[in-house]
Amino acid sequence: MLRWIVWRDLMLAWRRRADMLSTVFFFVIVVSLFPLGIGPETQLLRTIAPGVVWVAALLASMLSLGRLFANDYHDGTLEQLLLTPQPLFLVVLGKTLAHWMIAELPLVLIAPLVGVQFDLRSDTLWILFASLLIGTPVLSLIGSVGAALTLGLRGGGVLISILVLPLYIPALIFGSGAVEASIMGTSAAPHLSLLGAFAIVSLLFSPFATAAALRISLE
Amino acid sequence: MLQSRRRTIDILEVSKLGCVRGDRRLFSGLDLSVSSGTYVQLTGPNGSGKTSLLRILCGLLPPAEGEIKWNGANIRSLGEEYVASVTYLGHRHGVKEELSALENLRITNALNGVEVSKERGSAVLKEMGLAGRESLPARLLSEGQRRRVGLARLLVCNTELWLLDEVLTSLDKGAVALVRSLIENHLNGGGIAIVATHQELELSTGHTKRLELTT
Repeated sequence: MLRWIVWRDLMLAWRRRADMLSTVFFFVIVVSLFPLGIGPETQLLRTIAPGVVWVAALLASMLSLGRLFANDYHDGTLEQLLLTPQPLFLVVLGKTLAHWMIAELPLVLIAPLVGVQFDLRSDTLWILFASLLIGTPVLSLIGSVGAALTLGLRGGGVLISILVLPLYIPALIFGSGAVEASIMGTSAAPHLSLLGAFAIVSLLFSPFATAAALRISLE
Repeated sequence: MLQSRRRTIDILEVSKLGCVRGDRRLFSGLDLSVSSGTYVQLTGPNGSGKTSLLRILCGLLPPAEGEIKWNGANIRSLGEEYVASVTYLGHRHGVKEELSALENLRITNALNGVEVSKERGSAVLKEMGLAGRESLPARLLSEGQRRRVGLARLLVCNTELWLLDEVLTSLDKGAVALVRSLIENHLNGGGIAIVATHQELELSTGHTKRLELTT
């Protein structure tokens, strides 16, 4: 069942490639604006790099979260998904996994490339990649709760940012902390472990919260 | 497979059901008992709660009061077991515009636990009058054709209880006749169909009940 949901959402995303590309372009452009605005001060760029890349990733994920359930809600397929004979949290998990692959994975893959603009060393770029790889599932998981809660509301896009961005703060702190540690030459492992722990906790709780929120939104 | 699941007689019992939407009471004290082979035509003016009743019956909406029993057990306690015996088609088609008719049919059924091969899917769509349009994206289809794609599910599913909400809108005469024969087959196989519609179907088999909601 899970693979059918993931396959369905991946195919839908492929048919609407423009949506997917706009998230990636947003991320690349926001990250690139900083070196252009600040100029070639390598020391300063290196200091702000972790925060800038991570904040850009958070904002980029905001762009795609609104679509996570909204399209399915409007054409009636979401209520059909709710009426499939399987636990709803599995459906939610499948959709969240697909969302991560569509909206977050491209950012993770392109991040080391845009990180070069900040004069980061290659080992730091690897840490940046690892921190995003561990941290972005958190964005999809927690974001899905917000997307389900704001489903069908007018101006849901703004509301979702207000709801979800504060919950992203731990991921932001540990994620950028790992990259910072690597720049300072210390070990990034403690930060990455904490980030991983946060990812596991959100994996355990958010599918259930999202499922409950979806039921309420569809009443 | 179809027959083996339907050897027993199924009973849907609704007692003292009430529905409140916002601060308006749509209906209360609704009693209904339906057993295998029965067609229930649900009528009533716009806003009388036909859609709400069907959504309560399929479990999407919790009732304000009263309870619903499927074969003697409350549908809340049955959970997924009940969901597995129900097919609900809402007035929104539940058809993804980006996917083709065939993909829509196969994915919806796979998610409901019925795997449909490409050949079988094409045959079903042909039966629904969509031959040659199986691989067009659904957004290129007309309203009525999209409705037919949604209805194609009824040919494949092996559920006992059908809840159909205004499925006859934007269908032409041929398609209405098709739906009629689908429901007749379903009733002959021991199924139950509850249909919200203003159109008389005049079935030749089964037991027809009328339920009128008032405002």
